[in-house]
Amino acid sequence: MHSFGYRANALLTFAVTILAFICAIASFSDNFSNQTPSAQIQILNINWFQKQPHGNDEVSLTLNVTADLQSLFTWNTKQVFAFVAAEYETSKNALNQVSLWDAIIPEKEHAKFWIQISNKYRFIDQGHNLRGKDFNLTLHWHVMPKTGKMFADKIVMSGYRLPNAYR
Amino acid sequence: MDWQGQKLVEQLMQILLVISGVVALVVGYTTESFRTMMLIYAGGVVLTTLVTVPNWPFYNHHPLKWLDPSEAEKHPKPEVVSVASKKKFSKK
Repeated sequence: MHSFGYRANALLTFAVTILAFICAIASFSDNFSNQTPSAQIQILNINWFQKQPHGNDEVSLTLNVTADLQSLFTWNTKQVFAFVAAEYETSKNALNQVSLWDAIIPEKEHAKFWIQISNKYRFIDQGHNLRGKDFNLTLHWHVMPKTGKMFADKIVMSGYRLPNAYR
Repeated sequence: MDWQGQKLVEQLMQILLVISGVVALVVGYTTESFRTMMLIYAGGVVLTTLVTVPNWPFYNHHPLKWLDPSEAEKHPKPEVVSVASKKKFSKK
C-alpha cells in the first residue's frame, strides 16, 4: 500500500470481487420466492384449415390468452418472456412443438393480462397430420434475471382438438 | 505513507468495502429494489476511495526513524575496487 496506484488497484479489485458476491447472493435469493402463476387459453375460432401447395397442413386460430404471471417477478427480475406452443404427436415425430404467440413482459404490472389475438406465428405441420388431431396448448415462460440464472417453467393445458376436415 | 499507515489503509479498505456490500444487500433486499442496492454499493465504494486512496496526514503519524547523519559518518561505505586495475595493489 505504498503508493497511490497500488492502493487504487487494490481497492478496485476488491470492490469488483465484492460486487460479484453481492450479485451471486441476489441471484440465490430468488430461490426463496413463492411462485403461483396461472393461465387459461381458449380457442375462440378456427379461421381456416388448409393443405398448402407443398403438402403441409396449416391452420389459423384465434386465441384468447388469460394469464397472471405477477408472482414470477422478484426484485432480481429484468423481464419475463412468455410464449404459447401447440404440442402434439404424429407418427413421424414423438413431439411437435409449434410456437403460436410470444411476448416480453418487462414489468410486474403488465404480467396480469388478457389478450385476444390470431396466432402470431404460423401453425404449419410437417406433413398432413392435423385433421382431427388432439393437441395441448402450453404456456411456457422464461424469467430473465438482472443477475444470475434464468429459469423456465410451463403450464400445460390439454383437451384441444382440430376439426376432422379442411375448411 | 508509513508502515502503520499502510496497515491501517488495508484494514480500513477491506472493512469499509465489506460493510458497504452487506448494507447494500440488506437494504436492497428489504426494499425489493435492485437499483437501490447498486446505488448504495457505488456510494460505499466512492466513500472508501476518498478515505483510503489519497495520502492523508493521519496515515503518517508513525514516521520512519532514519539513521542520524552523524552516526552514519562513523561507518563509511565500502569502496568499489575495479577488476581492471589488478596491477595496482590497493591496500586500505
